[in-house]
Amino acid sequence: MSTIERLATIALVILGTQLTRHLSFWIFSKNNEPSWVKYLGKALCPAIFGFLLVYSLKGYGSTAWQAAAALGVTALLHIFKRQMLLSIAGGTLCYMLLVNLIG
Amino acid sequence: MPVSAQSQKAFKAAFRSTLPIMAGFLFLGSGYGLYMRSLGLEPWWPMLTSLLIYAGSMEFVTARLLLGAFDPIGAFLMTLAVNSRHVFYGLALLDSYQVPQKQYLIFGLCDETFSINSSAKVDEDINRGLFYTWVTALNQLYWLAGSTIGAFLWGLVSRVELKGLDFVCTALFAVIFLDSFLKEKSHASSTLGIVLSGACLFILGDGFILPALFLIVLALMLLHKPLGRFYEHD
Repeated sequence: MSTIERLATIALVILGTQLTRHLSFWIFSKNNEPSWVKYLGKALCPAIFGFLLVYSLKGYGSTAWQAAAALGVTALLHIFKRQMLLSIAGGTLCYMLLVNLIG
Repeated sequence: MPVSAQSQKAFKAAFRSTLPIMAGFLFLGSGYGLYMRSLGLEPWWPMLTSLLIYAGSMEFVTARLLLGAFDPIGAFLMTLAVNSRHVFYGLALLDSYQVPQKQYLIFGLCDETFSINSSAKVDEDINRGLFYTWVTALNQLYWLAGSTIGAFLWGLVSRVELKGLDFVCTALFAVIFLDSFLKEKSHASSTLGIVLSGACLFILGDGFILPALFLIVLALMLLHKPLGRFYEHD
């Protein structure tokens, strides 16, 4: 592929990405938002957080038990301490220790 | 409050919220920069794509596309498929993103930025538009910095030594999910999100994203009557 063809490919990837990000905002503006869209907008967030969690766990097949243990540590830290940064740092550290020291 | 003081306050809050993403993006971004270099591409390719595409998983796909035969339509359709989930982020942020900086916020709406901006309880005395903008800009800066570092590290290191640091993004999503779960009045939406995504992943494998999101929307629509009262107010 020539440089121009590469730049054209990148331009279309940018266009596609922006289309997916803008679409909902183009279809619904604040004034013509039907009540079911208002409901969906609010009700969707917790479900998407769940989806993102599953989506991000997808790649851990080969280190499944380490990921599960680290996830448990993250959850326990968060339930008892309720400090986002502490829970995230603790869980990540646990995962790194497990995959590097035990494998 | 003067404009600069307001901006500073928003910046501080945004910086704190994005710290885990700084760790994750510097690491994953440098992985992307190294990957692009390993394919024989010059450093400015990962920098350009990180700045303008700014959608992590799609950038890894783009790296492969740049080495194949020229197929712009295929690249466009592939992008729509990989990034279709953004449509649902937009739906969830329709109200919150009605601020003067809306155009840039939509431009930079990646998974991590969505998760911070849609879950953050912004203090009353912090300008919400400025907070969202700083979160978006900082995350983009971390990603760009990461891929730039990776692009120039190529040749100096054979392998990034911080094995497992990528878990920081998973931990972030886990904490955001749990935090919202512990506070919410109804667990219906959270439960649907986990169960339907998990089931679709189990049955369909890699192609689970769109079916999972469609099923979630469908289930929530069917439950509009019983669940409506839980999602009326901000």
